[in-house]
Amino acid sequence: MPEILNMQNICKSYYMGEEEIEVLHDVNLTVSTGDFLSILGPSGSGKSTMMNIIGCLDVPSAGKYLLSGHDIEDLDEIELAQVRNKEIGFIFQNFQLLPRMTARQNVELPLIYSGLSSSERKKRSQSILERIGLSDKMKNLPTQLSGGQQQRVAIARALVTEPTILLADEPTGALDQKTGTQVIELFEELNRDGRTIIMITHDQNIARHASRVVNILDGYLTEKEVL
Amino acid sequence: MLLESIRMSWENIISNKLRSFLTMLGIVIGVASIIALITIVQGATYSISEEVTSLGVNKITVNATGTPLKQGLSEEDLKNIAKVNNISGLSPTISGMTNIVYQGQVKEKVTVQGKNEVYFQSDSSLLQSGRGINILDLESKNQVAVLGRDIVKELYFGVDPIGKELMIHGTTYTVIGTLASSSHFSLTSNNKAVIIPYTTALRSLGVKNISSLDVFLLDTNLADDTVNNIKRVLNSTFNYKDNAYTIFNMGDMIESFQSMMSILSLLLAGIAGISLVVGGIGIMNMMLVSITERTTEIGLRKALGATPNRIQLQFIIESIFLSIFGGLIGLILGSLVAYVASILIGVGFSIQVSTIALAVGFSAIVGIVFGYMPARKASRLNPIDALRSL
Ligand SMILES: Nc1ncnc2c1ncn2[C@@H]1O[C@H](COP(=O)(O)OP(=O)(O)OP(=O)(O)O)[C@@H](O)[C@H]1O
Ligand SMILES: [Mg+2]
Repeated sequence: MPEILNMQNICKSYYMGEEEIEVLHDVNLTVSTGDFLSILGPSGSGKSTMMNIIGCLDVPSAGKYLLSGHDIEDLDEIELAQVRNKEIGFIFQNFQLLPRMTARQNVELPLIYSGLSSSERKKRSQSILERIGLSDKMKNLPTQLSGGQQQRVAIARALVTEPTILLADEPTGALDQKTGTQVIELFEELNRDGRTIIMITHDQNIARHASRVVNILDGYLTEKEVL
Repeated sequence: MLLESIRMSWENIISNKLRSFLTMLGIVIGVASIIALITIVQGATYSISEEVTSLGVNKITVNATGTPLKQGLSEEDLKNIAKVNNISGLSPTISGMTNIVYQGQVKEKVTVQGKNEVYFQSDSSLLQSGRGINILDLESKNQVAVLGRDIVKELYFGVDPIGKELMIHGTTYTVIGTLASSSHFSLTSNNKAVIIPYTTALRSLGVKNISSLDVFLLDTNLADDTVNNIKRVLNSTFNYKDNAYTIFNMGDMIESFQSMMSILSLLLAGIAGISLVVGGIGIMNMMLVSITERTTEIGLRKALGATPNRIQLQFIIESIFLSIFGGLIGLILGSLVAYVASILIGVGFSIQVSTIALAVGFSAIVGIVFGYMPARKASRLNPIDALRSL
């Protein structure tokens, strides 16, 4: 399988005043098309920092990061925005749906920034919402949806651009166990259809559903086989 | 892309109706006062100019006080002035103070004016009844008089004065006409006038000089040249003495009046413009609040692929929207105020396209200027921090 993500010796430091704190140390990671990778680690271990770098929301302090052949270091702000739009499908812990927009409008949001016409956006968002089983909730506002439904709208929004990687940060964190399991099952199904998924979690039981798990602890990444 | 930004801005504005309205209020008041003030001043300027123009822009008035040796103009001088180009007619005035008597009623110290036929031809609305002085009266030095309204009321109460006799300076005249009462805007009132042919006046009133002269022009565009030529004649007439005469050009007066009024309207607009600036600060404030409230949304949009320019554009459009919308409401409101005021003051009402363009243009500029800083702030938000803030 072709390699779509390649991290070599990635470090990330934050500055607290004068003091430099390194929170990621020499991270090496490769992800191939069709992988279902879970990044597992306790609170404060550097998971969100990893996700920000993978999602091109932040740039590493050192090391080389290749995403779909782009060297992230070479990209300017506008190109990074385009990479986020085309390559990454974000799923956030607390859904991050815009409350004033209907489910379908929320799903259309990234397509606006892809420059698609409104009829094309409508077509795509409708078909993805149907596929995810929310065809009867398209006109609902987020407040008129259950948590699980909201997270599925968020997943639809992440999928609608046909991204290279689906990047999820604690996708079940705000859900009860049953709906959480449903979301994970949806992930497994998407992965069976060939979608590359990177899922960040602190929960071993959730991570277990992935085909590959890497552990992160105090900014050090270690790979191990699924049990 | 622009359309999309406009739609998003619109949705944000209507989802916060009350706040958007209050924000716009500053612009509404600013634009309304600019429109109202400019329109009212323009209406007043137009009405007054019309009124003054009706007195005659094609007229130059010469007042000849003369020199100790030559106290005014002679008939000979009139002939010289008449030779100047671009003159359609001369209307001299001779004034003398004397008593007038009708059937034993004496009216003392009345100003009697000697005029010619041009005076009566220059304004057809001058006469109330009878006829004016004509060329025959002048040539024959007829003893005829035209009377103002107040004189008629006092001396001929209840009788038609036409054909009646009037004693002026000890000589008997026949009344041939009466004057209509003067309008309010007229600079000189005719109501107390007693007018006789100036040739008659020169002979029998004891006045030897023409003190005032109205020169009627063929082409008002050449007024300046004509004035200079008349000056040349007058200078030689009065032997180049200073202060022998003054020339008053009605066209000049209207021009300087109009430029004065346009300065006034600019000044008023400037003062009203201050409220636009205050309105602009209101918009900036609302935009900053709105950005703080929508930090997460901005972060999310950036994570989903919005470029900084896109974010900036959206917020600038939102602020332009608010200010132009406020500007349009202000335009309507200001027009209404100006319309009502124009009826109350009794001046004309018309809104210039330039005034509308000024108002809309001004509010758009306010939107851009005061929207720029908040929009830039929004576009610079770090998506990580923005998303974490929830
Ligand atoms: N902007 C920042 N400035 C300074 N230190 C930071 C910053 N962001 C994160 N850190 C530090 O980096 C480390 C890793 O943080 P990170 O948010 O990646 O942890 P996490 O694994 O996502 O934890 P959690 O499961 O609680 O979300 C923490 O020690 C945190 O204090
Ligand atoms: Mg985290």
